[in-house]
Amino acid sequence: MNAIYILWLRQLKRYLRSRSRVAASLGQPLLYLLALGYGLSPVFQRAGMGNYIQFIAPGVIGMTVMFTSVFSGIELIWDRQFGFLKETLVAPVPRTIIMAGRTLGGATTAILQGVIVILICLAIGFRPTSPATLLIALVYMILIALLFTAFGTAVASLLSDFQGFQLVMNFLVIPMYFLSSAIFPLYGVPRALKVLATIDPLTYGIDGLRGAMTGSHFFHPATDLAVLTGCAVLLLFIGSWLFSRIQL
Amino acid sequence: MIRVSNLVKEFGKLVAVKDISFEVQRGEIFAFLGPNGAGKTTTIKMLTTLLKPTRGSLELDGLDPAIDKNEARKRFGIVFQDPSLDNELTAYENMDFHGVLYKVPRALRRQRIEMLLRLFELWDRRKDLIKTYSGGMRRRLEIARGLLHTPKILFLDEPTLGLDPQTRNQLWNHVRTLNAQEQVTVFLTTHYMDEAERTAHRIAIIDHGQIIAQGTPAELKQQTNSDSLEAAFLALTGNTIRDEEAGAADQMRQVARMFRR
Repeated sequence: MNAIYILWLRQLKRYLRSRSRVAASLGQPLLYLLALGYGLSPVFQRAGMGNYIQFIAPGVIGMTVMFTSVFSGIELIWDRQFGFLKETLVAPVPRTIIMAGRTLGGATTAILQGVIVILICLAIGFRPTSPATLLIALVYMILIALLFTAFGTAVASLLSDFQGFQLVMNFLVIPMYFLSSAIFPLYGVPRALKVLATIDPLTYGIDGLRGAMTGSHFFHPATDLAVLTGCAVLLLFIGSWLFSRIQL
Repeated sequence: MIRVSNLVKEFGKLVAVKDISFEVQRGEIFAFLGPNGAGKTTTIKMLTTLLKPTRGSLELDGLDPAIDKNEARKRFGIVFQDPSLDNELTAYENMDFHGVLYKVPRALRRQRIEMLLRLFELWDRRKDLIKTYSGGMRRRLEIARGLLHTPKILFLDEPTLGLDPQTRNQLWNHVRTLNAQEQVTVFLTTHYMDEAERTAHRIAIIDHGQIIAQGTPAELKQQTNSDSLEAAFLALTGNTIRDEEAGAADQMRQVARMFRR
């Protein structure tokens, strides 16, 4: 238990100390909110879909949590290259405990980052249906964070350096974001796109967040929760298994 | 304390360690000498549970590190060839992190961290982030950390690489003191012959994954009719230069260096 706590605390400290990184990682969500949010707003309105800021804000919140989680999982590569991973792997602590501590730490930083983006969204005019819905949104954020931290760890366990990292970003992470209905609604899109969106776990996270905060669901909330929980559990298992096989 | 018999490690077709056997007694300082790529680090990785041996048996304080991993891990401390500190944490936090992972009770942890940081002359800098530390200070901290959980065995994999003579000297003095005071068995590897000669009780020379000679420094010199350990080493291993392939870690460090500029 103490081991999980100290691993969690380490990641939190690293996060809070790298203020420049926190600021830098807010750039992308801000760009989406301001450029796309305001830029596409008139078109969206004219198409009879309502306020675009209301639509895209949950998407950008979900994106922030997802990207931060993937990165904190992938940080494992840094720990490996700069040697700190060895220190944790020779310690008399089972690998599953190390994985648990890392995942909780990474997920916590992702949620914090998501909360900052919620505040930004509120500041630029996003209005959730009621303040209480933010608590339900938090549940979805926790699930997204756990799922994608485990995903990042699983990927990082397979890569021994940063060569493959761009590949993962460009062919997995960014597509998952674009296909997730974060920036466009799934109503009336071509069938192929809809199929891709349906197999993208982030879609259910974004849909859940949007449903909770604005009341407009595409899937049933129970479907969102079930798919997210299922994927999170599955990836935690895969991640732990891959992590336990690391040899240095 | 350490017993290795007929140990083999293969990476695909490459045989890194070919059937080596040796023993290290309790309280002894034992040095592994060998050219680059001789198999020193691979052997240490197998002894410290980071790699699985292909064949052969290992024993650490009566335990098999390939099976009783966690029990074996409690018994040794290690200073790796490459740095293994968290640069974004302070010296004290690095020590505390280690202490918690090794389940050192809180009060004892505080006491030992203070004792070790004072011993290695780092106590005044305990609240500084590691990224502000010099190479020598990092090394000292790593040794202090390796000793925090009072291990029976201390592994030192080229601990003085890249340090100036003053720091090297001081570091070995600390190691000798600890060996005498706390009866820690020390297993070290180094490239510096004079250090091995002054510090180690016994030496094994390893080349191409095999142990080619073993004994006290005096015995090795006698065997080869040399007047220094360096001459004995060259007589045993020849004069050819070994090229090691640059690993991913080396490339990574180059990239990191580029970004820091």
